[in-house]
Amino acid sequence: MEVSNYREPIYSPDEIDLHEGQIIEDLKSSAVEPIPDPDAWLEQEDVKRNLVLTTADWVINWARRSALWPAICFPACCAFEFIAVNGPRFDLSRFGMEILRASPRQADLMITAGTLTWKMAPNVKRIYDQMPEPKWVIAMGACGISGGIFRSSYNVVPGYNKIIPVDVYVPGCPPRPEALIHAIQMLQKKIAKSHPVPDLKQLTGKEPM
Amino acid sequence: MTVAIAANDLGAALEEKLPGSVLKAEGDTLCITPESLLDVMTYLKDTPGQEYDYFNYVTAVDFYDHFELVYRLTSTVHNTTVGVKAQLPGRENLSIASVTPLWLGADFQEREIYDLFGISFEGHYNLRRIFLWEGYDGHPLRKDFNR
Repeated sequence: MEVSNYREPIYSPDEIDLHEGQIIEDLKSSAVEPIPDPDAWLEQEDVKRNLVLTTADWVINWARRSALWPAICFPACCAFEFIAVNGPRFDLSRFGMEILRASPRQADLMITAGTLTWKMAPNVKRIYDQMPEPKWVIAMGACGISGGIFRSSYNVVPGYNKIIPVDVYVPGCPPRPEALIHAIQMLQKKIAKSHPVPDLKQLTGKEPM
Repeated sequence: MTVAIAANDLGAALEEKLPGSVLKAEGDTLCITPESLLDVMTYLKDTPGQEYDYFNYVTAVDFYDHFELVYRLTSTVHNTTVGVKAQLPGRENLSIASVTPLWLGADFQEREIYDLFGISFEGHYNLRRIFLWEGYDGHPLRKDFNR
């Protein structure tokens, strides 16, 4: 009996290419306006704080901010500054985040270190979508903020905030390791201000029992 | 140090073997007709005494009224190097023979030229866009490309 290992491919390479191109074109046409930061309201002064809820908030926030694990998503040269930060000299493990997660499902921070091209953009968005909530994004370097010197190029995404919401921006080309550590500290301060426990009064409009 | 050969002698030898293929031979560069590209390359690779077995690069230049393909070959046997140029007139439906049957290293470079200049290579086994996605409008390294 003759056994053949050959199997007809379901899709031809041309069809796969066209599908990929369609994904990129769709993302490009939908990514015109920057996505606003959903946590921007934290910066407002008149955010009400409840004493009991605040304490629960504080504990959860402490746990969240003290072990930020970054996903591996370093498309370009800023990655080397991140490697320096992660190394013994600048020692990111002081902040409980020396573990780089190869799987985005175990990560809660994305450090977008580098220029993003449109061909890579769907993959970065997929990595972001695969990360579990709560998740945060640091836009690292000029390219991550606005596209940098490649902003007017035909194939570069003009800023990560066109495809994913960004929490903290770090300027520099590339930023110094100290700047990145400062940005991480800023993010930790931001997380400390958030409310993981929902405010019942806000949710229901009634006073809690 | 690799020696850049005098193209005059090589041009004369080629003219004897393949009449009408060489348009100009000066410096270390042969200017040939695009139709004779594969024959000339086969000659340069397989003839004893030439044996250009290493393919350095292929690239393209936009001169508005024509495109020029620039090849550079090196012989690791004789430690010599030679350049080959072929001009394609016009801007639409450009086509030239692929050299992937001779040197597989030309594969990605020809795909890059196909992607960014819009020149197709006949005989390439996998001629698809390499940097940009399928459906992208235009060829960015052309001088008249506008975003």
